[in-house]
Amino acid sequence: MTMLDDFFWTYQGVIYALGINGLLGLSIYVVLSIGQLSLGQAAFMGIGAYTSALLTLKLALPFGLVLLAAMLVPALFALVVGGPTLRLSGVYLALATIGLGEVLRIFFLNAPLTGGALGLSGIPERGGFALIFGSLALALAGLVAIGRSSIGRAMDAMREDELAASTIGVDLPVYKLAALTVSAMLAGLAGALNAHVSSFIGPNDYGFDAAVTILSFALLGGIASPFGPVLGAALLTILPEALRPLHDFRLVVNGLVIVVAVLFMPRGLLAWRMPRIGARID
Amino acid sequence: MLAQQLVNGIISGAIYALFALGFTLMFGVLRVINLTYGLYFSAGALIALLAVQRLSWPLYAAIPAAILASGTLALFLDHMLLAPLRRARAPELASLMVTLGATLVLYSLLASPLALGTEIRRFPPGVIGGAAIEFLSVRISLTQILILATTLAAVLALTGLMQNTRLGLAVRAIAENAAVAQLMGIDQARHLHFVSFLSGALAATAGILIGLNFNAIQPYMGETMMLKGFAVIILGGLGNIRGALIAGLFLGVLETLTAGYIASSLKDATGFVLLVLTLWWRPTGLFGRATEGRA
Repeated sequence: MTMLDDFFWTYQGVIYALGINGLLGLSIYVVLSIGQLSLGQAAFMGIGAYTSALLTLKLALPFGLVLLAAMLVPALFALVVGGPTLRLSGVYLALATIGLGEVLRIFFLNAPLTGGALGLSGIPERGGFALIFGSLALALAGLVAIGRSSIGRAMDAMREDELAASTIGVDLPVYKLAALTVSAMLAGLAGALNAHVSSFIGPNDYGFDAAVTILSFALLGGIASPFGPVLGAALLTILPEALRPLHDFRLVVNGLVIVVAVLFMPRGLLAWRMPRIGARID
Repeated sequence: MLAQQLVNGIISGAIYALFALGFTLMFGVLRVINLTYGLYFSAGALIALLAVQRLSWPLYAAIPAAILASGTLALFLDHMLLAPLRRARAPELASLMVTLGATLVLYSLLASPLALGTEIRRFPPGVIGGAAIEFLSVRISLTQILILATTLAAVLALTGLMQNTRLGLAVRAIAENAAVAQLMGIDQARHLHFVSFLSGALAATAGILIGLNFNAIQPYMGETMMLKGFAVIILGGLGNIRGALIAGLFLGVLETLTAGYIASSLKDATGFVLLVLTLWWRPTGLFGRATEGRA
């Protein structure tokens, strides 16, 4: 038992990061699985982190309420920024969300409320192991259930051919809006959980590099099922720990993962697909 | 005071326009948001600087060399990363993602302590002339005049090339419908190489000029520029050359006025606000036209 305790204390940060990055992998999965690309996941995470930290520090709200707000506020941003791009091709959403990340960084850096360049520190510890992995399991179960239903079929159809999907009655704007909102909520939740186990958040934690890292989770694991991005997140969380001497080149590794994944293994590591409810094998 | 700010705004707007020119050309023809584009901006400025600093080349030799080298780099990366995806008819997001990964790798390598590091580098004193014209208390340096002239010349040359030559006609045909262009006997690969080279060269030109103007050069300067580039090409309409010029100048002036009359910390947010407003109000850009998807 003491050995297990020792292990837990030594690697606590990594273990929490596994769960939080798993949630982030799921958040990008939701968008990618309908064939859209958002580079705003880090920004949504940042909004969740700052919202939750401020509510805890300034208003001392109960943690459940804080988590709820940390999911709703990013969802609102997703609607405002992503909403107008939904009638357009995927590149517009990608561009709009890149811009969002950058403007938020400027805002976090300059607004007195968010502590400027110093960020927010002394965030009390809340949640922890059970809550993080409970949330991950719940999100995973929810996405598997959706993926196996008729909604999952519509999402697959959209990813393969948006125009064809719309002609057979898939309501594209509704699906896109829902996917973006859900993904922003998941990212916001991850941000809030992270803020409350690491006690400090800063304006540069949620920039472009973070957005790209989150994307590489999904590309490495593949998006055939929600398990892919979680696996990708786990590998890319453990890899930098294992390759500590290469720490300066972590971004190079993430970038290479993306290039190699897109060019040579477009299905990712985990190509297993979920069986559909009611699917017949002829 | 206002006159000087307007002049400064127009100069930085001209740089945005020059930068966006190649970006919008690349998108218009290749139908891909190529995120490595900012890298050619950095590469142009860095290569020119290193040629002057390390090899003590004169500026008139260093500048064309840097432009050629950056154009070649653009051609090479397009050939390695995007050509395979074009052959496989991969979705547009795959292309966007592969350039995203490549950008991350290349910037990180370039800025690593083993290569150039992130410190700001400057041209040696005396390389850039400090001459300036003063007119009714408005000051314009010769470098700034050079920027304005280059941007206007580039817009005219590019429009002329696209509208009045066989090469331009072929490129426009590919942009319109690549498959039909192929059937008409247009060598697609060769023309796309040309477009990549030209875009890279335009980005490098913008990078060199901004390097000469502010004399502060570092690897990540292209990444900052990309955010302006997004705003400009969306505002001007994706693939629209004249739109890029007008949108670039507009953004430059608006940024300067924001910094002067509202708050300098909000300057960099201006482009994004413009971007979101454009997406809300007129997503095809101020000068773009709507296209219809067909199954």
